[in-house]
Amino acid sequence: MSEITKSAVSELSRPLRKTLMPWIGFVILLLALPNIFSSNVGLYTMNLMGIFIIFALSYNMLLGQGGMLSFGHAVYFGLGGFMSVHFMNYIEDGLFVFPMYLVPIFGGIIGLVFAIIIGSFSTRRAGTVFAMISLGVGELMAASSLIFVAFFGGEEGVSGDRTTGPELAGIDFGKDIHIYYLIAAWVFVTVALMYLFSRTPAGRMANAVRDNAERAEFIGYSQRKVRFVSFCASGFFAGIAGGLFALNFEIVTEENLNALTSGVVLLMAYIGGVGFFIGPIVGAVVFTLLQSILSNYTDIWQLYVGILFVLTVMYVPQGLTGIIMMHTAAWRMKRLGILILPYLRIGIPALAMLAGIAAFLETVHHMRTAVEGETLMSLMGIEYDSHGIVTWIVILVLTFVGGYLTRTQLPQLREAWETANKPPASTKGAAS
Amino acid sequence: MTAAIELKGLRKSFGPTEIIRGVDLTIGEGERHAIIGPNGAGKSTLFHLISGRYSVSGGTVSLHGENISNLPPYEIYRKGLSRSFQVTNIFPNMSVFENVRCGLMWVRDYKYSFWHLVDRQKELNARAMEVIEEIGLTSRRNIPAGVLTYAEQRALEIGIAAAGGADVIMLDEPTAGMSHSETDQAIELIRKITVGKTLVMVEHDMGVVFDLADRISVLVYGEIIASDTPENIRNSKAVQEAYLGAEAEE
Repeated sequence: MSEITKSAVSELSRPLRKTLMPWIGFVILLLALPNIFSSNVGLYTMNLMGIFIIFALSYNMLLGQGGMLSFGHAVYFGLGGFMSVHFMNYIEDGLFVFPMYLVPIFGGIIGLVFAIIIGSFSTRRAGTVFAMISLGVGELMAASSLIFVAFFGGEEGVSGDRTTGPELAGIDFGKDIHIYYLIAAWVFVTVALMYLFSRTPAGRMANAVRDNAERAEFIGYSQRKVRFVSFCASGFFAGIAGGLFALNFEIVTEENLNALTSGVVLLMAYIGGVGFFIGPIVGAVVFTLLQSILSNYTDIWQLYVGILFVLTVMYVPQGLTGIIMMHTAAWRMKRLGILILPYLRIGIPALAMLAGIAAFLETVHHMRTAVEGETLMSLMGIEYDSHGIVTWIVILVLTFVGGYLTRTQLPQLREAWETANKPPASTKGAAS
Repeated sequence: MTAAIELKGLRKSFGPTEIIRGVDLTIGEGERHAIIGPNGAGKSTLFHLISGRYSVSGGTVSLHGENISNLPPYEIYRKGLSRSFQVTNIFPNMSVFENVRCGLMWVRDYKYSFWHLVDRQKELNARAMEVIEEIGLTSRRNIPAGVLTYAEQRALEIGIAAAGGADVIMLDEPTAGMSHSETDQAIELIRKITVGKTLVMVEHDMGVVFDLADRISVLVYGEIIASDTPENIRNSKAVQEAYLGAEAEE
């Protein structure tokens, strides 16, 4: 073996310190967050974020890592939630003694069991066949949830109480901050496990089958079994997320396993970027923020999320993480500064255009939904007449002038981008 | 001595069209065997039948005396037959290194393991690097396979097929679309990786065929019309009429 080959092999086993750094940073972040955002709303949002992070990452084991487009991933999340809430009630009734903070493991187990059953036939093919089966199974489960009332609790769902059972060092998880740390611990463990999974032979082959299922068969792997393993792991982690949902909200309803929730997880993973491990984390954070903050200001926040999703699919299929990653080359060459001014020059008119579009949507929404004769509306603290001619002039000017100015700024941004990313002339071609 | 590959009365039809019309062929252990023939003769189809990509319509395929007809491709691979493809067939979004390493995992017994971390498997990674060095892609190991040049992708294609150390290697037009110097390099590479192994190849470039092969079979319209040493094939009148002659007229 030549020298270069030897050094290439040793570069794989990076020093442990370097490998652990991001994870230590992750722990510090998880511990620090509740001290920064200590309000009830903050905790509520972060708890939901944590649950969605696990859920979205488990979804990406299918879509991003394994090339399986699922429209029914909420099935495993919801079943995990229902199973966990039932176990919470068993513990409360004293049927058996089990610490409440470990209940999500039952969610994971039921997710795994159902993934084994459904995966045994749905992973035969990827693509359209897989997507259609996942949709069918999702609908089937949503329909059964209203039929099997004993397990799913009918329309009002099943509720539980997380403060019973053996306590952990005197903590009964009665406070939101307690449940935050519990979710944070679960997030850390499951994110680490899902990351490690992607670095195992099963995880690597999932990528290979995603890239080229046929060739994988000619190097010894059954594409179906590779998909099946990923599918089961994904169901397990989705079940854990569902269990945490049950612990956090102490209620699980049919809504947690229907198509809407399946759509939300697809949305989160895609907006964040399915091509990157951390993509779904970014997506879950952004989606939860939009959901909890935007919904305070506007009734049509879902429209904005939908627009964001469509724009992502059309213009940045690599997701928000992809946009960040695009800048790594310039950052390594210490040329990110070149881009600040061009971004400002295009950002300001672009913001004006977005404000114009948002004002248009909000005003139209107000005109359609407000009481007859009520024309005064308020947007971001500005009160104005939704039928006034001045209003519409302002909206049109913002939208079109902003849009025009954004267009005129495109060439200078492109130029700056090329300058920032030009490979250095003197050094070796490593940056290319 | 058992034959590495033995085909008996092998047939394949797509609907009413019969593409392979009763092929009998024996390829010995350690032989370098080339299959030539005009376009549409069924060379690639024959490859697909042997490697399990297509199901067999009639007759049998044996590997080391064992009937492997209609086994799925991964079973055939596990029995020691590995192949490359005419149209480059790699994992485009994964790095060159990952491509080769994936080609090693099954034979190194990792199977569907989710309890080994691949980056910590020293022998696996060292062997993957060796293969990459052999195919001359050491400096390109960390870039996605999809952005390699055509010749590099062809080399990787062969590398993936040969990585696992299968004792029968089938290459479908390994030098197709290559320049002269690239072809020479490819021949060297094939020679290197197939030492002590059985090689079956489909090839259009007669220079490559006469350079590499111990024996040549000529496939015309789904039938083998001759199977002999390069020297005898070159001098065979039937072959010249059916194939080499047709080539000269073009």
